[in-house]
Amino acid sequence: MSGEMGIGVSAPRTEDRRFITGRGRYVDDINLRSQQYAWFVRSPHPHAEVRGVDAADALKMPGVTAVLTGADMQADGVGPLPVAWGITSRDGSPAHEPEFPGLATDRVRYVGNPVAVVVAESRSQARDAAEMVNVDYGELESVASATAALEEGAPQIHEGAPGNLCFDWEWLPAAMAPDARANTDKAFKEAAHVVSLELVNNRLVPNAMEPRASLADFNTATGQLTLYTTSQNPHVNRLLLCTATLKMPEHKVRVVAPDVGGGFGSKIYHYAEELTVCWASRRLGVPVKWTAERSESFLGDAQARDHVTRVELALDAEARFTGLRVDTVANLGGWLSAFGPAIPTVFYAPLLAGVYRTPNIYVTVKGVFTNTTPTDAYRGAGRPEACYAVERAVDEAAVQLNMDPAELRRLNFIQPDEFPYQSPVGQLYDSGDFEGCLDLARKLNAYDEFSERRRQSEVRGKLRGRGMCFYIEACGAAPSQAAGQLGARAGLYEVATVRVHPTGSVQVLTGSHSHGQGHETTFAQIVAERLGIDFGNVEVVHGDTGEIPFGMGTFGSRSLAVGGTALYKAIDKVEEKGRKIAAHLLEAEADDIEFTEGEYRVAGTDRAVSFGDVALAAYVPHNYPLQELEPGLEETAFFDPENFTFPSGCYICEVEVDRQTGQVDLRDFVAADDFGNIINPMVVEGQVHGGLAQGIGQALLEHCLYTPEGQLLSGSYMDYCMPRADDLPNFVVATRCTPTPFNPLGVKGCGEAGAIGAPPAVINAVLDALRPLGVRQIDMPATPQAVWQAIEAARSGG
Amino acid sequence: MDAKVSFTLNGRSVDAEATGATLLVDLLRNHFGLTGAHVGCDTSQCGACVVHVDGVSVKSCTMLAAQAEGRTVETIEGLASNGELHPVQQAFHEHHALQCGFCTPGMIMSALDLLRRNPRPSEVEVRDWLEGNMCRCTGYHNIVKAVRAAAVAMDEEAS
Repeated sequence: MSGEMGIGVSAPRTEDRRFITGRGRYVDDINLRSQQYAWFVRSPHPHAEVRGVDAADALKMPGVTAVLTGADMQADGVGPLPVAWGITSRDGSPAHEPEFPGLATDRVRYVGNPVAVVVAESRSQARDAAEMVNVDYGELESVASATAALEEGAPQIHEGAPGNLCFDWEWLPAAMAPDARANTDKAFKEAAHVVSLELVNNRLVPNAMEPRASLADFNTATGQLTLYTTSQNPHVNRLLLCTATLKMPEHKVRVVAPDVGGGFGSKIYHYAEELTVCWASRRLGVPVKWTAERSESFLGDAQARDHVTRVELALDAEARFTGLRVDTVANLGGWLSAFGPAIPTVFYAPLLAGVYRTPNIYVTVKGVFTNTTPTDAYRGAGRPEACYAVERAVDEAAVQLNMDPAELRRLNFIQPDEFPYQSPVGQLYDSGDFEGCLDLARKLNAYDEFSERRRQSEVRGKLRGRGMCFYIEACGAAPSQAAGQLGARAGLYEVATVRVHPTGSVQVLTGSHSHGQGHETTFAQIVAERLGIDFGNVEVVHGDTGEIPFGMGTFGSRSLAVGGTALYKAIDKVEEKGRKIAAHLLEAEADDIEFTEGEYRVAGTDRAVSFGDVALAAYVPHNYPLQELEPGLEETAFFDPENFTFPSGCYICEVEVDRQTGQVDLRDFVAADDFGNIINPMVVEGQVHGGLAQGIGQALLEHCLYTPEGQLLSGSYMDYCMPRADDLPNFVVATRCTPTPFNPLGVKGCGEAGAIGAPPAVINAVLDALRPLGVRQIDMPATPQAVWQAIEAARSGG
Repeated sequence: MDAKVSFTLNGRSVDAEATGATLLVDLLRNHFGLTGAHVGCDTSQCGACVVHVDGVSVKSCTMLAAQAEGRTVETIEGLASNGELHPVQQAFHEHHALQCGFCTPGMIMSALDLLRRNPRPSEVEVRDWLEGNMCRCTGYHNIVKAVRAAAVAMDEEAS
């Protein structure tokens, strides 16, 4: 039975029906009796003192219940928004972590910084009244770019961070310490060739299609708080509400993340708005709801990337990589978001070896405060930035050495017999077949016929270019002890409960959260495969701390590798208990019982009992070994991984550039990925497509822009160019498989790959197209304007 | 300030009180509880709120409730009949044309309008038409596939 919808089958998703019929239940779809509405008063200034908040006029507006400020919040003992990862500078001092209040108390540090909240009977009343709140701002000098913020005389944003430097970090993993710097410098001194690039990794806005929303309901009689919120990890939100901000006991707080319309990292964090509605509901004794407008998403959702990097690659006379030096300035925004300091450091530097046997690597990163929205994890989170630096440098080396970029990569690949491979930057790569992926991508691209396609493009008056990228990333966060040593302030295991009902149907309670990934289907496939029951008899429950024991949620492509393995381990326990029950029923030794295709069988005989009968016996224990076993059949497993998992893959992209307009058209995009084993190929392909679209968006379209002072210029879909259907090609995707040995499913994770590998592939292709015109460098996004300017600059320069 | 607005909603005559500033999407979501139409932006760009008015796709965030007076409004909730999915819905399911589902109702309603105008659209025509419907999850690949498959299915159903 399981074979129809077991592991490896492209099962159509069970969750689809509610979405395609309009019956999804997102936070904004939920309304409670007597609920009131919150609207936030936000700073219009990038940097200002808050001298006072005058709510007198607002309080006279119709329907207004309250106007609450940072001072009120402070008076109620509400704690600041927590930083979840501590980073240590190279001089041993901790990164500066300023206290980030949910509502500003004395100073605002970015446009959109919440200052006060209006609570009213209707959303429009709250909004109208917010316009009447008079905040007395004392404007201060401000700065938006991280490199400008580091200059002498730049405006100072936090007193505790002289020069706006949050941290000055170097990466010295055990394998390299303490001589990483000296050894790498030596490699450069002895190099036959050195390639050097200055790169900007453009700032992005995540833009899940569902704007964030929170609805808090504090019950004054029971002291119970229920929060419905757009979260990727409701248990984490509860933990932070209870330990850091509201400081309520956990058994009095239930956090529900129902259907969530995309996350991509932006819905990981415990945000000011979510905290504020919880606090306001507790204070006012009514349910309080807030739903962001898209404009607020642009101002208030954690933004991403925004690195300026110098990358240098040293090669010997045989074109083998001997050293890599990376120096990055990362823009952290006006305050630290939860993982803000971790993304450009411990999620970035450990991936800078790429798929190559580069022996010496030295990485330094400066984290800088600016007057912009805080940055944090967004699809890929540090790995796209690492991949972009490495893969741009490798392509530049191929150009300078006049080598085929595929051959240069092949020459430097880590070989299949070297796994597990200890990289010099501290990762133990699990498995991979880089040549196999490269060959697959080349075949799908018809690599050897490129010159003919280029000729045909020329006939049409277009410049054709081809670009390649080979990415590797770390998924399955994380081994808790390793993460703890790197500064994580939480464990990163996952939890699953398998509840077998008396009649043999199964409910899975998972701490992972699906906001589009399809766990209700793929997790059910694992259960169907393992227990031999019908896929339709499995229900997967996620997103409710009231139902699920615990969990760390979904981010970093961790759901299957960590959450799926927790499920696998819980099934192991169910299977084992079932074996004992079956042994009793069959009057045999447990060791003699085999479990296959939903049946416990005495090995070598036809004596068998079905899984359903065993479940029934567990709940109706008339004939049951009650002296040895408890009745019931429900098991929970916590799984803490031994290592990360390391998906890898080769992307090849072809573009046509119109030299008159600078327009770049994607003609072909090939992705050959190694995700280890795959549960549902159709779902995996969908994840790759979506990642590619975001990566291509970064490379060609998307750009979060501020004025030098910190006014957001790209604050709506009129200004921020989201990828639309007519911007993208069909994708050719395929997989190879080297299962990871670090989890029993052999799975690695697929959610972020596309967003990691696509940007360098696209830019390498654009540069390949423009090379005949003398263009050597372009930053993302390669918009028509940027391409045209690069062409003109090359023309006038040459 | 409130005024009565009467129209046909998913085949039934309805009426409601609405202020002059009430948007059709808010009336559908808040008064009628039809939460399939979503609000994903504030500049009429994303298309998550698309419904049909007199058989034509409309961004319901850009139309006043009062403008529905006397007209026929169809939403995603009215598309399946007797529990049977419409071919466009079925195709989205079979071809994995949705992930988080937030853009999906608007995407389906928009695609259906295209297929009524152009029963066999090319890939380029589908991509051009859906330019006003954003999806952040799928990269559009499977959406385009589903719309073209739905075209074939609707053709077969009609013949």
